This record gives sequence, C-alpha cells and structure tokens, in this order.
Amino acid sequence: MSCGADRAGLLLTAAVADHLSQALRVLTLRDYNTRVVVVGTILLGVAAGLIGTFMLLRKRALMGDTISHATLPGIGIAFIVMTALGGDGKSLPGLLLGAVLSSAAGIGCMLAIRHGTRLKDDVALGAVLSVFFGLGVAVLGIVQSMSRGNAAGLESFIYGKTASMLARDAAMIAVAAGLVALVCGLLFKEFALVCFDQEFAAAGGWPVLALDAVMVGLVVAVTVIGLQAVGLILVVALLIIPPAAARFWTDRLSRMLLAAAAIGAISGLAGAMLSALLPHLPAGAIIVIVAGAIFSVSLVIGPRRGVFVRLREHLRLRRTVARQHLLRAMYERVEAITAARVGTAAPTAGGDAAAVPRSALLKARSWSQGYLQRLLRRGQRWGLVEPAGPDSYRLTPAGAVEAARVSRNHRLWEMYLITHADVAPSHVDRDADQIEHVLGHEMVAQLEALMASEASRAAVPPSPHAIERDSNTAAPGSSARGSASG
Amino acid sequence: MTWTTADTWIVVAGALTAASCALLGNYLVLRRMSMMGDAISHAVLPGLAVAFVLTGSRANLPMFVGAAVVGVLTAMLTQSIHSLGQVEQSASMGVVFTLLFAVGLVLMELWARHVDLDPGCVLFGAIELVALDTTVRLAGLDVPWAVVTLAGMFAVNTAFVLLFYKELKISSFDPKLSTTLGINANLMHYLLMGLVAATSVACFPIVGSILVIAMLIVPPAAAHLLTDRLSTMIVLSVALAGASAVLGHLGAVTVPGWFGFRDTSIAGMMAVAAGAILTIAILFAPRHGIVSRALHRVRLTLQVAQEDALGLLYRVEEMPSPRPPVAVPALRQALALGPLTARATLAGLVRSGKVEWGGQGYRLTERGRDDARRMVRAHRLWESYLVQFMGLPPDHVHSAAMRLEHVTDPAMQRQLADRTEQPQRDPHGMSIPPAD
Repeated sequence: MSCGADRAGLLLTAAVADHLSQALRVLTLRDYNTRVVVVGTILLGVAAGLIGTFMLLRKRALMGDTISHATLPGIGIAFIVMTALGGDGKSLPGLLLGAVLSSAAGIGCMLAIRHGTRLKDDVALGAVLSVFFGLGVAVLGIVQSMSRGNAAGLESFIYGKTASMLARDAAMIAVAAGLVALVCGLLFKEFALVCFDQEFAAAGGWPVLALDAVMVGLVVAVTVIGLQAVGLILVVALLIIPPAAARFWTDRLSRMLLAAAAIGAISGLAGAMLSALLPHLPAGAIIVIVAGAIFSVSLVIGPRRGVFVRLREHLRLRRTVARQHLLRAMYERVEAITAARVGTAAPTAGGDAAAVPRSALLKARSWSQGYLQRLLRRGQRWGLVEPAGPDSYRLTPAGAVEAARVSRNHRLWEMYLITHADVAPSHVDRDADQIEHVLGHEMVAQLEALMASEASRAAVPPSPHAIERDSNTAAPGSSARGSASG
Repeated sequence: MTWTTADTWIVVAGALTAASCALLGNYLVLRRMSMMGDAISHAVLPGLAVAFVLTGSRANLPMFVGAAVVGVLTAMLTQSIHSLGQVEQSASMGVVFTLLFAVGLVLMELWARHVDLDPGCVLFGAIELVALDTTVRLAGLDVPWAVVTLAGMFAVNTAFVLLFYKELKISSFDPKLSTTLGINANLMHYLLMGLVAATSVACFPIVGSILVIAMLIVPPAAAHLLTDRLSTMIVLSVALAGASAVLGHLGAVTVPGWFGFRDTSIAGMMAVAAGAILTIAILFAPRHGIVSRALHRVRLTLQVAQEDALGLLYRVEEMPSPRPPVAVPALRQALALGPLTARATLAGLVRSGKVEWGGQGYRLTERGRDDARRMVRAHRLWESYLVQFMGLPPDHVHSAAMRLEHVTDPAMQRQLADRTEQPQRDPHGMSIPPAD
C-alpha cells in the first residue's frame, strides 16, 4: 500500500513538475509557436487600440463590428472567382482583397442609408451587418456545394485560429500595425480635430471626409488582417475595449492613444500566454476576457472617470455641503436668539455665541435625529462646534468665522437673485442653498462689487427674507428679517 | 423544383422566426437601439451554457429563461457602464457583448462534455433540418417540434405587443412623457430586452445568431420607410418578414442555379431577401424613398417651370408688336432653365394643349391663356400686396411674387384682391388681368 501511495505521490510530483516546466516554457516564450502567437496578438492589440481610440472618440465604436461582418461575402466571392479562374481558391491576397472590397461596399451602403433615408445610424449599422453576413453565409453555402476547390478553412475568418497563428500572419499584422502607427502619428492633429470638433475642422478647411475615409480605411485594414488571424469577435473586442478602458486613465488624447495601445498589448500578451497554458480553451475568447478584466479594473479605479474617484469626489462634496449647512443653521439660530433677546441685529462673528438647543437645529432643515447627531459629532471633530450644555451646542471661534462666511455667501447670492434676477424674496432661499457651496473668492468679490450697498458691506448682511422655521426663536418684526435687499 | 412538405415546414418555420423577430424589432428600430439586437444575440451564449449545466437538459424553458436573464443583464450592464463610467452608449454595448460572448465560448469549452452546443449551429442555424425534427400530432398534421416552439414564441410576442401596445408606444417615442403618465419606461425597456433575448434563442436553431439580427431589424426598417403609423408599421413588418422567408427559401433553391451552382443556405438567403426588400423600400417607398423623392422633386420643378413659361408667354402677348418669338433659347434665358428642363417643360405644355407651335415660336392656346391669366393675376396681386402691406419697394417684389404665385389658389387670390381693394394695375403699372 505504501508502495502504491509512493507511486501515486511520485506520479503527482511528476505531473506537477510537468505542468511547471510547461508553464515555464510558455512564460519564457521558448516555443516558436507561442512566440509567434504572442507577438501577433500584441501587435494586433496595439494597432486596434490606436485606431479604436479615434473610432471611440468619433462615436463609431460599433463600426468595426459591422465592417468585420461585411467582409464575409467578399471572402466567399473571391474564393469562387479565384477557383473559377483556375487558381488557388485560398490564396490569401485574393481573399483579403475580396474582404476589403466587400467591407467597402458595406460602408457605402451604411453611408447611403444614413444620409439618403430617414433611418438612423443604428439601423444602418445593424442592417448592413446582418444582411452582408447573410449574403456571406449564402455565398459560403454555394462554396461548400462546389465540386472544385477545397473550401475547408474559410470559416477561420469567422472563428479565427489564434492559437495556430502562422509567422506569415504575424508578419502581416506587424505591417498593418506599423501602417496604423505611422498614419496615426502623421495625422495625429488632423484626426484629433475631426474627433473633437468636426464642424470646426470643416470650417477650417480640413478635408473631413478624406480624413474620415483614412480612419475607416485603417479600421478595415486592421479588421481584415486580424480576422483571419484571430477571428471576428476578438477583432471587434480589441477595437472597442482597450480604448474604452484607456478613457478612464487620462484626458489627453496622446496619452489615451498610448494607454489604449498598451492595454491592447497587455491583453494580447496575457491572453496568449494564458491560452498557451490552457490549450483547450479558445485563445481569442481568453484575450477578450483579459481585456474585459482590465476594463473592469479601469472602470473602478481609473483616476479620470473611474467609479471610485467620482464616488470619493461625490462624498467629499456631500460632506462639505453638510458641514456648511450645519454652520449656517447654527448661525441663523444664534442670530435669531440674539435678536429676540436684545432686539438688535446680527451678532458679530466670533462674538459671544449663544448656545443653540438641538431641537431648534432639528427644525432648521429636514434632518433626521440620527443624521443631526452624526453631523454634530463630526462638527466637533472638525473643531467648529462644541457642546454648550445638555443637548445644546455653540459655535467655536473658528466655527463662528466659517459660519459667518458661509451665511454671508448665502445672503449675498440671495440679494443678487432678488435684485438682478427678479426672483421673489420668498423663493431665493432654495436657489442660494445650492449655489452657496461653490462660490469662490472671485465670485464673492464680484457679488460684493455688484451689491455695493450698506447691507453687503456689513460683516454679514441681514437675511433678505424671513427665516421661519422655529416660532420660538423667530419673533416677528425683528429687524433681522426686514426686507433689506441691496 | 418540386414542392414537398419539407419545403412547407421550412417556409412556415422561417416565416414564424422572421415574424416573431420583426414584432419586437419595430421597437428596437424606433428606440434607435437596433444594435442592442446584435449585442443581445451574442451575449445570450453564457446564459445558454449556464442553463444547460444547471438543468442538464436542452429543454426549451430553461434555455429561454437563461437567455432572457442574460438579455436583461446585457441591457443593464450596458446602461450601468454608460452611466457609471460615462462611456458612450454604443461603446459600452460593445464592451459588454464581446465580453459576454467570450465568456460564453469559454464556458462552452469548459463544459464541453455537458453542453452539446455547436458554435457553428448557434452562428448559422439549420433551418434545412426543421422537417427532420421530431413531430407532434396536431389537428391531424405532423407538426415539427421546432414549428410548435416558434409558434409559441410568435404568440407570446404578439400578446406582448397587443397587451402593452400603448405602454410600448409611449415609452418608445417619449420616455419622459411615459414616466409622467405613470408608465415605467425602464420596466418596458427591460421587458423588451428580455423578450428579444428569448426570441433570439428560439430562433438560433433556425437562422443562427447573426441572421436573427437581420430578422429583428431589417423588416421593421423597411416598414418604417413605408408608413408613419405605428400600427401599420407593425403589421407591415410582419408581412415583410413573412415575405423574406418565402423569397429566401425560393432564392436559396433557384438563385445559385442561375450561376450553375446547386442550392445554398436558406437562412442566408432569407437575410438577403430581407435586405432586397429594404433596398426596394429605400429606393421606392412612396414618401420616403430616394427615387420617389427625386421624382417628386422633378415633377415639382417641371410644374413650376410650366407655370412660369405660361406667364412668360402671356407677358409677351401683352407687349406691343413686333413681339419676340418664344422658343427654347428664349425660354431658357428668361427662366434660367437647363436645356433638358426647358424642352420637357414645353413638351408637357404642348401635350396638355396649353401651348402650340406657331411657326417661329410657341404661343398660348385658349386653354393655356386662361391658366396664364390666372398665374399673372396672382403674381401681380402679390406684388401689390407686398408693396402695400409689407412695405417692400416695388423693384424688390418680383422674385418673391414669382415664388408665391405657384402656391396661390383661387380663394387666396380673392382674399388678396379684397385686401388690396381690387387694384387695376400692379406697382409697376402693368394691368392686372381679371379673374375670369
């Protein structure tokens, strides 16, 4: 028995060692075949990432999908014609020429539908994609029933044969990638112009149509060459996913191009290696999944539009807004209490600040008990608010300064709305509520200049409307709530 | 060719497929989400694989449920990537469906032993095999199981469209209005997407995943060009879908024969037939067709030129003799017409007996003079009106009146005459001819 276990252990060790050495061979690119596939997919990722970026910005991300499906009839017809002429039906240049011509016809139909009819872009894309593919299926159906010529292998244009890519395919991809990189480099400024402001480019005398044609021509080149190397779905994915992922990392076009090319290359590299390790899985699909994983990561943590960054900014803004609302509510309560007690106008900032009961604060806004409690605790942590007794709070000196500033901004904006935008005094509070948080120094200075009056030069102008939330503290007729619009 | 029962079942299956798709496709086309059909028909692949593995069967129900779930998931993912990451809608759709398709391929390979799903079959379908399917005895007929399934799908889609006709209509044309009316536009959207997914799965065995897109989009697009009413569009799209199935089957058998080949893929030819119908609609649709619109323009141009020519001949008659003869060159110069238009104008006038050749030039007949008088009267009344009421200087009103005279009917002429107090002479001092 122990002998058996030993044998099993030995076998296991051998198997693990075998796997490890296999993995090592793949990772160090020792196999010629793996090397070809890795180089080919990397270059394709680069080419598709570059031109796909422009297509994405031009809002034509799905055009590659249509173009790639529209190649099928051309491939079949080219095969039939070449066989009929007595040549080799599967001669690659001939098939590629057929693919190019038929995708050009597809683009022509697409333009005709878009500009000549009332049908929209999406119908043009979908109709051309499916009808051309249908024509291709019909032509391939004929090809299969032909007595002459061996049609086997034509379907690799649809599925691709990533894992068995030939050096010839990789070389063609390299040429295409070089062409794409060269043209994108030479026409960088022109492409950027067309992508971001087509009307401006046209008005400036740039040949928008010709530039578009070059752009789409590059997509056709990448698609046609990529198709037979890696298959339809991978080409479409590589044209869309890396540029979409790159968009999360930068706002500069040049960096976005580099990022898209890099993401395409990494997807190709990692995907090709993974599929060499897992030979029974389709390589094209693995590459798409790697690209999709990179996209998902970018979507979450991308520093430009990533979900995480935007969430953080959103939370930060919400915190600022909540803090400023608390301060203004405190300030208004203090103001009302002082006014009711002494019968004079607004307290000076940093002056003797009265304690505000929590119940009064609760009535200031639509705060819940728990939320206000948390807000007050946070206010204490920021050093703006301090407890003044059981269940009442006062502003700290720093808090009073900040509260006066916030309230001042709010009221300046209210006064501006009343005098310059003709908004009724009873309606300005809500509008100002939203604007007060984003008023910068310059804006405040401008408002001060506009409101050149006694009221606005005061440390904090009196509120232009009644603050009626708490009948206990808001005595009617107190001077603090007379109409004091600038 | 000889028509067999197999042919009948193929056409029936094809027509049911096309009609089920077209019913839903109308809303995809109207919502400008045609490519969602493409996305969903690719993305359902993992749903199928998971449904197979979970239930261990190829029964229809789990497949449809799996597909519908993934269809809705595709729509939701597309929407959430679009809104969360500010990715353009079509790009986010592209990301989602290529990724889901790849996941589906991998799952199918991983579970190859459990899933006897051939990617080729999913991609191309096998409508030719419909009649070889197991049959059910219904009303004395051996109906293939596939036809029964498709008829069920068609019934479900018809019920959906009929039941939610108003909701679908409002939420397709104006989602905001539908929200204010209490119709949940999002719910309708996701219901539609789930049904599109289930329908495309029902149609995979017949036409395959790509040609489903043709059936979803192309007949409704053609119907959209033929009518402006939603109800008519839906009925038309179903009819055109049925026509594509019949024509596709006939085409698959006959067209290759013209080039000396045997038959070809019926599904492929169905898509081609649908494409041909769309092309015809694009060119010849009564109101929106390219050729129809061009013809309409030509007819309008000729009509205007004829009326202008009549007016010209009338004005020449007003001149003291010797009057210049009016032939093609004079007409071209006076009205700035091309040589072809000028000839066609005069030929049309001669044919309708309004103008005749008088040796040196054309002259008006009695009928032509009546028409011409009306044109010139309208022209000069407009000139008077424009000077009196618009304050235009007399030397600026001619070209405006030249355009307006063609759209002035007798009632409008009477109103013009009343407003300008029945003038005898226009601002240039020319006499205004009497009404009749």
